[in-house]
Amino acid sequence: MTSENKICFQHGVRDGCPIALGYFAVAFTLGIAARNAGLSALQALIASALNNASAGEYAGFALIAAGSTYLETAVMTLVVNARYLLMSCALSQKMKPGTPLRHRMLIAYDVTDEIFGICVAQPGYLNPWYAYGAIAVAIPGWALGTYFGVIMGNVLPTRIVSALSVGLYGMFLAIIIPPARKNRVIAGVVAAGFAASYLVNRLPLFDGLSTGVKTIILTIVLALMAAVLFPTDIVNTEEKKEEEKRNGA
Amino acid sequence: MAHNIWLYLLIMATVSYLIRMAPLALIRREITNKLLRSFLFYVPYATLAVMTFPAIMEATQKPAAGFCALIAGIVSAWKGCSLFQVAVLCCAVAFVVELLPIF
Repeated sequence: MTSENKICFQHGVRDGCPIALGYFAVAFTLGIAARNAGLSALQALIASALNNASAGEYAGFALIAAGSTYLETAVMTLVVNARYLLMSCALSQKMKPGTPLRHRMLIAYDVTDEIFGICVAQPGYLNPWYAYGAIAVAIPGWALGTYFGVIMGNVLPTRIVSALSVGLYGMFLAIIIPPARKNRVIAGVVAAGFAASYLVNRLPLFDGLSTGVKTIILTIVLALMAAVLFPTDIVNTEEKKEEEKRNGA
Repeated sequence: MAHNIWLYLLIMATVSYLIRMAPLALIRREITNKLLRSFLFYVPYATLAVMTFPAIMEATQKPAAGFCALIAGIVSAWKGCSLFQVAVLCCAVAFVVELLPIF
């Protein structure tokens, strides 16, 4: 590990800590769902360590509890987690061209809402070691939270669990609000996102759609509208300027 | 037919990983199409905003607690608080508002 990679790893650990705490709380409630579905603590731990997806795991546990077919489980996992496909596409553009395949395949293991969020918030290209630092603390938080959720059930007061689960949304806000302050289009996208998401969740017309599908449709519609109306080329411009400077010198 | 929980978990893990891995492994170059670049630039903001609201009001026992946490989060992030500070503040606000009998 070079010293630059080491620093990035440490930054990743630092930013991963609040994520790990929030994960622990959310995973705790997930563990309760896992126990209700008949999973042992070990099975729940492994499910979380391998899936890293709250909604995807909830859906999976529900299907296991219902004795659904393996095919149904595969299709459901695909639909509920499809937003990660979009996130990975966006993240692919944060990778410096020429980044080895092994780094891409390792980061892919934990593209979650939160890890994705802090990774895209990094200036310029993403150093894979930053993601590894965050993943190194976030995964244990997530997996152990699920484990303890199974064995301790409802020991933690609901009030504490619900207060902690808000922390993850706080993190999302810390990621999207500062750029929204600097860029009016981003501010518009965020405001439209809040409004559209509220409407789609309240109108009975959309009741048939799962939360995951709603998220995907709204993301595509909003990002596409913004891209058509306000095309931008901001991505990684800082990094490129620096590179041009280096090459020119 | 008896189902094996381990097999379910294997299927879930495989599908979850492939979804995340395929774009990262396959899109190796920078996309030059401006529309597509712009689209991918806006994706994080759109998706995180959509996932935050109104979900934050459903995460708490009382919707008002989640709403107050949302406002606190927006204001503190706007003022430049760190990721950790914003997250902790949101938790604290949600916790306190849930204790209040007025909502």
